[in-house]
Amino acid sequence: MYTYRKYYRPYIGPFDPCPPLPYRSYETPPQLYLGFQPYNLPQNSPQDALRTGTLWPDLFAPYPNPYKVPTSEEGGEQD
Amino acid sequence: MWIYEKKLQYPVRVNKCDPRMAKYLIEQYGGADGELAAALRYLNQRYTLPEKVIGLVNDIGTEELSHLEMIATMVYKLTKDATAEQMKEAGLGAHYASHDKALFFNDASGNPFSATYFTAKGDPIADLYEDIAAEEKARATYQWLINMTDDTDLIDSLTFLREREIIHSQRFREAVEIIKEDQSTKKIF
Repeated sequence: MYTYRKYYRPYIGPFDPCPPLPYRSYETPPQLYLGFQPYNLPQNSPQDALRTGTLWPDLFAPYPNPYKVPTSEEGGEQD
Repeated sequence: MWIYEKKLQYPVRVNKCDPRMAKYLIEQYGGADGELAAALRYLNQRYTLPEKVIGLVNDIGTEELSHLEMIATMVYKLTKDATAEQMKEAGLGAHYASHDKALFFNDASGNPFSATYFTAKGDPIADLYEDIAAEEKARATYQWLINMTDDTDLIDSLTFLREREIIHSQRFREAVEIIKEDQSTKKIF
Protein backbone atom coordinates (compact mmCIF):
# COMPACT_ATOMS: atom_id res chain seq x y z
CA MET A 1 0.00 0.00 0.00
CA TYR A 2 1.13 3.52 -0.66
CA THR A 3 0.08 6.99 0.43
CA TYR A 4 -1.38 9.68 -1.83
CA ARG A 5 0.74 12.37 -0.25
CA LYS A 6 4.40 12.46 0.74
CA TYR A 7 6.05 14.88 3.14
CA TYR A 8 9.51 16.22 3.65
CA ARG A 9 11.06 18.76 5.96
CA PRO A 10 12.72 21.64 4.17
CA TYR A 11 15.70 23.32 5.77
CA ILE A 12 14.63 26.13 8.08
CA GLY A 13 17.15 28.95 8.03
CA PRO A 14 17.78 31.19 11.04
CA PHE A 15 17.08 34.32 9.01
CA ASP A 16 14.04 33.18 6.99
CA PRO A 17 11.71 36.20 6.74
CA CYS A 18 8.41 34.30 7.02
CA PRO A 19 7.22 31.92 9.74
CA PRO A 20 8.42 28.51 8.53
CA LEU A 21 6.13 25.84 7.16
CA PRO A 22 7.64 22.79 8.88
CA TYR A 23 6.58 20.31 6.23
CA ARG A 24 6.24 20.41 2.51
CA SER A 25 4.04 17.90 0.73
CA TYR A 26 3.57 16.58 -2.76
CA GLU A 27 1.02 14.25 -4.29
CA THR A 28 1.70 10.70 -5.43
CA PRO A 29 -1.58 9.49 -6.93
CA PRO A 30 -2.28 5.86 -7.87
CA GLN A 31 -1.44 6.04 -11.58
CA LEU A 32 2.22 6.21 -10.55
CA TYR A 33 1.97 2.71 -9.09
CA LEU A 34 -0.69 0.76 -10.95
CA GLY A 35 1.12 -0.14 -14.15
CA PHE A 36 -1.09 -1.69 -16.81
CA GLN A 37 -4.51 -1.90 -15.19
CA PRO A 38 -5.28 -5.55 -14.32
CA TYR A 39 -8.52 -7.17 -15.44
CA ASN A 40 -11.52 -7.46 -13.10
CA LEU A 41 -10.70 -4.68 -10.66
CA PRO A 42 -13.65 -3.70 -8.43
CA GLN A 43 -15.92 -1.00 -9.88
CA ASN A 44 -17.83 1.89 -8.32
CA SER A 45 -21.59 2.14 -8.64
CA PRO A 46 -22.61 4.64 -11.35
CA GLN A 47 -23.44 7.19 -8.62
CA ASP A 48 -20.08 6.80 -6.92
CA ALA A 49 -18.30 6.80 -10.27
CA LEU A 50 -19.79 10.22 -11.07
CA ARG A 51 -19.16 11.55 -7.59
CA THR A 52 -15.52 10.44 -7.44
CA GLY A 53 -14.75 10.94 -11.13
CA THR A 54 -13.72 7.34 -11.78
CA LEU A 55 -15.22 3.91 -12.24
CA TRP A 56 -12.25 2.39 -10.44
CA PRO A 57 -11.81 2.73 -6.65
CA ASP A 58 -8.17 1.74 -7.14
CA LEU A 59 -7.61 4.87 -9.23
CA PHE A 60 -9.32 7.30 -6.88
CA ALA A 61 -7.13 9.78 -5.03
CA PRO A 62 -8.69 12.31 -2.64
CA TYR A 63 -7.17 15.77 -2.51
CA PRO A 64 -7.57 17.66 0.75
CA ASN A 65 -6.01 21.13 0.78
CA PRO A 66 -2.57 20.52 2.35
CA TYR A 67 -2.61 23.96 4.00
CA LYS A 68 -5.77 22.98 5.88
CA VAL A 69 -4.83 19.44 6.87
CA PRO A 70 -3.03 19.36 10.21
CA THR A 71 0.52 18.27 9.41
CA SER A 72 1.08 16.31 12.60
CA GLU A 73 4.28 14.54 13.54
CA GLU A 74 2.78 11.26 12.28
CA GLY A 75 1.86 12.97 9.03
CA GLY A 76 5.41 14.13 8.70
CA GLU A 77 6.75 10.65 9.15
CA GLN A 78 4.77 9.16 6.29
CA ASP A 79 6.76 8.06 3.31
CA MET B 1 -17.71 14.44 -36.29
CA TRP B 2 -19.05 14.86 -32.82
CA ILE B 3 -22.42 14.41 -31.18
CA TYR B 4 -23.16 17.09 -28.62
CA GLU B 5 -24.95 16.33 -25.42
CA LYS B 6 -26.42 19.49 -23.98
CA LYS B 7 -25.26 19.08 -20.41
CA LEU B 8 -22.05 19.31 -18.46
CA GLN B 9 -19.98 16.22 -17.79
CA TYR B 10 -20.23 17.00 -14.08
CA PRO B 11 -22.40 19.64 -12.39
CA VAL B 12 -20.82 23.02 -11.76
CA ARG B 13 -22.09 25.04 -8.83
CA VAL B 14 -20.58 28.12 -7.30
CA ASN B 15 -21.74 29.30 -3.88
CA LYS B 16 -19.56 32.33 -3.31
CA CYS B 17 -19.32 35.62 -5.23
CA ASP B 18 -15.60 35.60 -5.99
CA PRO B 19 -14.63 37.13 -9.34
CA ARG B 20 -10.97 36.90 -8.37
CA MET B 21 -11.21 33.12 -8.49
CA ALA B 22 -12.41 33.46 -12.10
CA LYS B 23 -9.12 35.17 -12.89
CA TYR B 24 -7.23 32.17 -11.53
CA LEU B 25 -9.53 29.57 -13.11
CA ILE B 26 -8.95 31.05 -16.56
CA GLU B 27 -5.51 29.41 -16.34
CA GLN B 28 -7.25 26.10 -17.05
CA TYR B 29 -9.20 27.69 -19.92
CA GLY B 30 -6.49 29.29 -22.03
CA GLY B 31 -3.29 28.53 -20.12
CA ALA B 32 -0.34 26.36 -21.11
CA ASP B 33 -1.60 23.28 -19.26
CA GLY B 34 -5.27 24.10 -19.69
CA GLU B 35 -8.10 22.16 -21.21
CA LEU B 36 -7.96 23.90 -24.60
CA ALA B 37 -4.27 23.05 -25.01
CA ALA B 38 -5.01 19.47 -23.94
CA ALA B 39 -7.93 19.01 -26.34
CA LEU B 40 -6.05 20.47 -29.29
CA ARG B 41 -2.92 18.50 -28.51
CA TYR B 42 -4.67 15.12 -28.44
CA LEU B 43 -7.12 15.74 -31.25
CA ASN B 44 -4.21 16.77 -33.45
CA GLN B 45 -1.83 13.96 -32.45
CA ARG B 46 -4.40 11.25 -33.10
CA TYR B 47 -3.76 11.21 -36.85
CA THR B 48 -0.16 10.10 -36.64
CA LEU B 49 -0.04 7.82 -33.59
CA PRO B 50 0.04 4.01 -33.94
CA GLU B 51 -3.42 2.66 -34.70
CA LYS B 52 -3.78 0.87 -31.39
CA VAL B 53 -3.84 4.10 -29.36
CA ILE B 54 -5.66 6.49 -31.74
CA GLY B 55 -9.05 5.68 -30.22
CA LEU B 56 -7.80 6.46 -26.74
CA VAL B 57 -6.30 9.79 -27.72
CA ASN B 58 -9.47 10.68 -29.63
CA ASP B 59 -11.65 9.92 -26.61
CA ILE B 60 -9.48 11.81 -24.15
CA GLY B 61 -9.25 14.81 -26.50
CA THR B 62 -13.03 14.82 -26.71
CA GLU B 63 -13.39 14.64 -22.93
CA GLU B 64 -11.05 17.63 -22.58
CA LEU B 65 -13.57 19.68 -24.55
CA SER B 66 -16.20 18.79 -21.98
CA HIS B 67 -13.82 19.92 -19.24
CA LEU B 68 -13.31 23.18 -21.12
CA GLU B 69 -17.07 23.72 -20.89
CA MET B 70 -17.02 23.14 -17.16
CA ILE B 71 -14.26 25.70 -16.63
CA ALA B 72 -16.09 28.16 -18.86
CA THR B 73 -19.22 27.67 -16.75
CA MET B 74 -17.29 28.35 -13.54
CA VAL B 75 -15.73 31.52 -14.94
CA TYR B 76 -19.06 32.69 -16.33
CA LYS B 77 -20.88 32.15 -13.04
CA LEU B 78 -18.18 33.87 -11.01
CA THR B 79 -18.19 37.02 -13.17
CA LYS B 80 -21.82 37.13 -14.36
CA ASP B 81 -23.05 39.67 -11.81
CA ALA B 82 -19.81 41.50 -11.16
CA THR B 83 -19.84 45.27 -11.69
CA ALA B 84 -17.04 47.04 -13.54
CA GLU B 85 -15.75 48.11 -10.14
CA GLN B 86 -15.75 44.53 -8.83
CA MET B 87 -13.95 43.35 -11.96
CA LYS B 88 -11.28 45.97 -11.28
CA GLU B 89 -10.96 44.93 -7.65
CA ALA B 90 -10.61 41.28 -8.70
CA GLY B 91 -7.66 42.10 -10.93
CA LEU B 92 -9.82 41.73 -14.03
CA GLY B 93 -9.81 45.39 -15.00
CA ALA B 94 -7.60 44.81 -18.02
CA HIS B 95 -9.78 41.91 -19.08
CA TYR B 96 -12.89 44.02 -18.67
CA ALA B 97 -11.45 46.86 -20.72
CA SER B 98 -10.93 44.53 -23.64
CA HIS B 99 -13.66 41.91 -23.30
CA ASP B 100 -16.32 43.08 -20.85
CA LYS B 101 -17.46 39.77 -19.24
CA ALA B 102 -16.79 37.74 -22.35
CA LEU B 103 -14.55 34.74 -21.81
CA PHE B 104 -11.26 34.78 -23.62
CA PHE B 105 -8.54 32.19 -24.05
CA ASN B 106 -5.78 33.55 -21.91
CA ASP B 107 -3.92 32.37 -18.82
CA ALA B 108 -4.26 33.72 -15.29
CA SER B 109 -1.72 36.46 -16.06
CA GLY B 110 -3.58 37.54 -19.20
CA ASN B 111 -1.25 36.04 -21.82
CA PRO B 112 -3.29 35.01 -24.85
CA PHE B 113 -3.48 31.33 -25.77
CA SER B 114 -0.71 30.05 -27.99
CA ALA B 115 -0.34 26.90 -30.10
CA THR B 116 3.25 26.76 -28.86
CA TYR B 117 1.87 25.41 -25.56
CA PHE B 118 1.86 21.93 -27.08
CA THR B 119 3.58 20.05 -29.83
CA ALA B 120 3.27 17.12 -32.18
CA LYS B 121 6.64 15.54 -32.64
CA GLY B 122 5.46 12.60 -34.71
CA ASP B 123 7.43 10.24 -32.51
CA PRO B 124 4.86 8.18 -30.58
CA ILE B 125 6.96 7.87 -27.42
CA ALA B 126 7.82 11.57 -27.39
CA ASP B 127 4.19 12.52 -27.97
CA LEU B 128 2.70 10.16 -25.38
CA TYR B 129 5.28 11.19 -22.79
CA GLU B 130 4.32 14.80 -23.41
CA ASP B 131 0.69 13.79 -22.89
CA ILE B 132 1.49 12.14 -19.56
CA ALA B 133 3.41 15.23 -18.43
CA ALA B 134 0.53 17.47 -19.57
CA GLU B 135 -1.95 15.48 -17.48
CA GLU B 136 0.27 15.69 -14.40
CA LYS B 137 0.70 19.44 -14.89
CA ALA B 138 -3.05 19.90 -15.24
CA ARG B 139 -3.56 17.80 -12.10
CA ALA B 140 -1.12 20.05 -10.25
CA THR B 141 -2.89 23.18 -11.51
CA TYR B 142 -6.19 21.86 -10.15
CA GLN B 143 -4.48 21.27 -6.80
CA TRP B 144 -3.23 24.84 -6.63
CA LEU B 145 -6.67 26.13 -7.64
CA ILE B 146 -8.33 24.02 -4.93
CA ASN B 147 -5.83 25.41 -2.41
CA MET B 148 -6.89 28.96 -3.26
CA THR B 149 -10.63 28.68 -2.65
CA ASP B 150 -12.90 27.69 0.21
CA ASP B 151 -16.00 27.43 -1.98
CA THR B 152 -17.01 23.82 -1.32
CA ASP B 153 -19.14 23.54 -4.48
CA LEU B 154 -16.29 24.81 -6.63
CA ILE B 155 -13.85 22.48 -4.87
CA ASP B 156 -16.22 19.59 -5.60
CA SER B 157 -16.16 20.23 -9.37
CA LEU B 158 -12.41 20.92 -9.38
CA THR B 159 -11.78 17.68 -7.50
CA PHE B 160 -13.72 15.80 -10.17
CA LEU B 161 -11.61 17.41 -12.89
CA ARG B 162 -8.42 16.58 -11.00
CA GLU B 163 -9.44 12.94 -10.74
CA ARG B 164 -10.04 12.83 -14.51
CA GLU B 165 -6.45 14.00 -15.04
CA ILE B 166 -5.30 11.03 -12.96
CA ILE B 167 -7.34 8.64 -15.11
CA HIS B 168 -6.04 10.20 -18.32
CA SER B 169 -2.47 9.94 -17.11
CA GLN B 170 -3.06 6.26 -16.29
CA ARG B 171 -4.46 5.63 -19.78
CA PHE B 172 -1.57 7.41 -21.52
CA ARG B 173 0.85 5.35 -19.45
CA GLU B 174 -0.98 2.23 -20.64
CA ALA B 175 -0.79 3.52 -24.23
CA VAL B 176 2.99 3.65 -23.89
CA GLU B 177 2.97 0.05 -22.67
CA ILE B 178 0.78 -0.98 -25.62
CA ILE B 179 3.07 0.50 -28.24
CA LYS B 180 6.22 -0.74 -26.46
CA GLU B 181 4.96 -4.28 -26.65
CA ASP B 182 6.41 -6.56 -29.28
CA GLN B 183 3.63 -6.69 -31.86
CA SER B 184 4.69 -10.11 -33.13
CA THR B 185 4.53 -11.79 -29.73
CA LYS B 186 1.61 -14.13 -29.45
CA LYS B 187 -0.46 -13.25 -26.42
CA ILE B 188 -2.48 -15.83 -24.56
CA PHE B 189 -5.13 -14.64 -22.13
